[in-house]
Amino acid sequence: MAQTMPRPGPNPVRKRPKQLPFPLNVYQSAVGRKWVMAVSGLVLLGFVVTHMIGNLHLYEGPLEVREYAETLRDLGVHVIPRTWMLWGIRILLIAAFVVHVHSAYSLAAMSRKANPSSSLDSNKRYASSQDYAAANYASRTMRWTGPIVLLYLFFHLADLTWGWLSDDWTRGDPYNNVVISMGNIGVAIIYIVANVALALHIYHGAWSMFQSLGVNNPKINNYRRHIAGGLAGLILIGNLSFPIAVQAGLIDQDNCEAPCGITAELEHEGEEAAQ
Amino acid sequence: MSEETLNLTLKVWRQEGPNAKGRFETYQLSDISTHMSFLEMMDVLNEQLIAKGEVPVEIESDCREGICGTCGCMINGRAHGPEKATATCQLHMRSFSDGDTIVVEPFLASSFPIIKDLAVDRAPLDRIIEAGGYISISTGSAPDANLIPVPKDTADAAFDGAACIGCGACVAACPNSAGQLFTSAKIQHLNLLPQGQAERWARTESMVETMEDYFGSCTNHGECHEACPKEIPLDFIAYTNRDYMKSKRKNRKLQGQA
Ligand code: SF4
Ligand code: FES
Repeated sequence: MAQTMPRPGPNPVRKRPKQLPFPLNVYQSAVGRKWVMAVSGLVLLGFVVTHMIGNLHLYEGPLEVREYAETLRDLGVHVIPRTWMLWGIRILLIAAFVVHVHSAYSLAAMSRKANPSSSLDSNKRYASSQDYAAANYASRTMRWTGPIVLLYLFFHLADLTWGWLSDDWTRGDPYNNVVISMGNIGVAIIYIVANVALALHIYHGAWSMFQSLGVNNPKINNYRRHIAGGLAGLILIGNLSFPIAVQAGLIDQDNCEAPCGITAELEHEGEEAAQ
Repeated sequence: MSEETLNLTLKVWRQEGPNAKGRFETYQLSDISTHMSFLEMMDVLNEQLIAKGEVPVEIESDCREGICGTCGCMINGRAHGPEKATATCQLHMRSFSDGDTIVVEPFLASSFPIIKDLAVDRAPLDRIIEAGGYISISTGSAPDANLIPVPKDTADAAFDGAACIGCGACVAACPNSAGQLFTSAKIQHLNLLPQGQAERWARTESMVETMEDYFGSCTNHGECHEACPKEIPLDFIAYTNRDYMKSKRKNRKLQGQA
């Protein structure tokens, strides 16, 4: 009689964690973690799109940018104290950012365990030169573009929110701060490079999101890549236009017919008071 | 199709055992017919090695018609070679040209340790099946085939999943060594059908979590689908992700309420 010999198979590469209560246990599995990554990515994507559209006020002029900034602080002011809504959104975004980065980092570590020879963007375990059959540049560089965007975020905050990088930074005058910062060719290049990385990240992330969330419908399946490409392209064009426009002199104090920035605002207020 | 003959250089991974140090060996083959399959070409090589008193190359195969999933190696860096929808045993030498160098390596992943040469241990795939890749039925006389109506679309989709032969090429081709394509094909084959509903949520949770014991995390590159001899669609991975999140909610309820 034929008999199969029991044989010890390969050992698991990952120790199963002790189950936490629902819904925390979702985050203990890789599939659940990808879901969290997708949801937080969606929140961050919403921010990036809104941020880009809001910044288009730069093309209107300094007063409009300032007014827009003040409107953000005024959000929800009829119900809750001023800036609370803005802070609520900021806290949500920070939370989304933290889980997005943590899930990405821990899942990459899990994959490295499953395949010790996988490097950041390539699959070096095979000797024969491996050309990818499906993975595109964006998908292979997620673990590069992600950290680049993270570093860029701190740079961007230090540059325009906290004003650490320039003595000319003025609180409450975003238009001038942008013109001064991006007027420097080095800074403009940083913005351009970082936004190319961001667009690549979004191109793969937005398509990947559909898979991770399990959003699958034959009616939209063919459009998923186009949606991702369209979003990434839109954000790329919008965001690159700012440093380029500043460099080209399209966004510039001298182009304003009226006095610019906070000085203009103060002057304006002064006139009103005088009347 | 006219027959031609090829002269080839083979670079084959040789490794005596699981813990031995491996190396590439180079072999010259001449007059290989383009009508031969890749495995027949390997048979020619092995016969020559035996005639010379050397140890033949360990390479697995069984059905040699693309239905059993036993064969499989990396051929020039591609799982199952350069052709689409083709298992190693279905690959023919007409896909190569005279004078080519062909690099033959085993499927690699931490959970696929090498047994010898090109043979790797793919038992973790069996562990995933054991975790839920079945339906429990009371045996008895065979029911009528049309007793449980299944819509045609559903039957077709389930069949697409059932086509998976469990070869492991998806894991070998994946830069993350993720087992998503295999696992989702096996889960959805049953989850889509009425017969699979009773154990749907238990199956999904336990198969996915067993997969995660052994394999990496999917980043949606799509390399697995390109490597797959059965062209299992990536859609199954999305279905499985959705079912897994549902299973986490359903399985915490009292038994029987899923
Ligand atoms: S999904 Fe395709 S590549 Fe993966 S084991 Fe099944 S048949 Fe092989
Ligand atoms: S030998 Fe059976 S699939 Fe190739």
